Amino acid sequence: MADLRVNIGRLALKNPVMTASGTFGYGLEFADFIPLDGLGGIIVKGTTLHPREGNDYPRMAETAQGMLNCVGLQNKGVDYFCEHIYPQIKDIDTNMIVNVSGSSPDDYAECAARIDALDKIPAIELNISCPNVKDGGMAFGVTCSGAESVVKAVRERYHKTLIVKLSPNVTNIADIARACEAQGADSVSLINTLMGMAIDIEKRKPRLSINTGGLSGPCVKPVALRMVWQVAKAVRIPVVGLGGISCATDAIEFLMSGATAIEIGTANFLDPAVTIKVRDGISQWLDDHGCQDVHEIIGCL
Amino acid sequence: MKKYVLDLTVRQVEQLSPRHVLLRLTHEQPLPEMLPGQFVEVRVDNSPTTFLRRPISINFVDSEKNELWLMVAMIGEGTRQLGRLAPGDTLNCVLPLGNTFTMPSNADERVLLVGGGVGMAPMLFMGTEMQRRGFQPTFLLGGRTASDLLEYDLFNKYGRVCVTTEDGSMGEKGFVTNHSVLQEHFDRICTCGPKPMMMAVARYAKEKGIECEASLENMMACGLGACLCCVEKTVEGNLCVCKEGPVFNVKRLLWQI
Repeated sequence: MADLRVNIGRLALKNPVMTASGTFGYGLEFADFIPLDGLGGIIVKGTTLHPREGNDYPRMAETAQGMLNCVGLQNKGVDYFCEHIYPQIKDIDTNMIVNVSGSSPDDYAECAARIDALDKIPAIELNISCPNVKDGGMAFGVTCSGAESVVKAVRERYHKTLIVKLSPNVTNIADIARACEAQGADSVSLINTLMGMAIDIEKRKPRLSINTGGLSGPCVKPVALRMVWQVAKAVRIPVVGLGGISCATDAIEFLMSGATAIEIGTANFLDPAVTIKVRDGISQWLDDHGCQDVHEIIGCL
Repeated sequence: MKKYVLDLTVRQVEQLSPRHVLLRLTHEQPLPEMLPGQFVEVRVDNSPTTFLRRPISINFVDSEKNELWLMVAMIGEGTRQLGRLAPGDTLNCVLPLGNTFTMPSNADERVLLVGGGVGMAPMLFMGTEMQRRGFQPTFLLGGRTASDLLEYDLFNKYGRVCVTTEDGSMGEKGFVTNHSVLQEHFDRICTCGPKPMMMAVARYAKEKGIECEASLENMMACGLGACLCCVEKTVEGNLCVCKEGPVFNVKRLLWQI
């Protein structure tokens, strides 16, 4: 069996398969379907310094080979996470990674610092790319200076592995990735959702409560793959690839384009056991092709 | 309750009305325990425009025949494709999902089960489970016209059935909330159907000071409480209908009634 272990900075993963934030709850929701400790990592729901109610319903619209969402970072805040959720997930034997969001650099940094104190959370994914909140979120991820300001503030107060999740809604994603790297990010993950819209023509109204939302699913995969390829060439830090991955073939494409690890998001809604199938599929492909180690295909183009 | 992803086999497809089919599904292994109010997320194969699973409430579980019944209202392309299934086809299901209606705790408790449209489906399951446990359900079913009263004969097997139709073609003329059975005393109401109907039922329950549980059908993606798309505003904030529901005591909802 091929060696599937990879590293994101100091973070060791059993295999390159992780779950995308906002699609896998806190992991526990999927415990009936897969062995959670069989994953390389679980990136839990976006967490903010203060509780957020999120946007009004409807928050979701189905599209061709994908979906739009405008959930808007509904969560009970970092203190609730530390007190009530962390105790339930801390003993899951995989990398439990918290996705952190905020509305100012100080917000992000304070939230990250509180998670830094949790022994069993070895990394955070900094969300500077949520398209569904007015205050902050994607605002920081669409300019180099915005990205720098958040990563710098967090880096000063967060000492473990720092992954920065990038927005595809930019002119040149490689520039943003380089800005994050320069401020001390250990890794970048991409892509977050693409901003989109859908209209109910009978009601003559947008289908989503805040008019626009983030597009995800297989329809975004070619865009995501292209961006991962561009970013992997532009930075030295490891890249985590995501966007529409639904099967092992998709995952292997991302690995070949330069991603060291991958995240599976929307596909969890279609098949709650997809993550383990992708892991096994990667392993099988490597065996079938005589590869001893997954690194033989990472960035092999 | 443990959840499963199962490939169920279609045993029979019955056309209940031009817009409704009943799928009788089975499995080579005994089906897992399912309770009234719970639902199934079904994968719609062979429908290029359908991306997500479709949540369908459980209509009936026949443990002797190892059958799960799903009533499907053919509304969009996804549900129309489900209507095209044939015996022998496979239907991939995630189940059982969501919470349940509250079972009566003593034999004196009088429970009224109010269903409208495809919302009648979970009322049959609730009624059959009540009857199996020795309780007597009263069903109150509403439709626009007589042909909307799906599975009417089956309901009669499991309890007393009261009917309203808007055109008076069957039962009493009017809406469910106009039916004379509501002059009787009930301790609790369970309801599922169009939102205006459920709100009218909730208003009646509030006036009478009795408990009322409503089953909601907000648009869902994951069905597992992971994506937070199907939320309903409640006194405890936004809650996932798929996980915290679909059944809610209406007192928890922020309905203007």
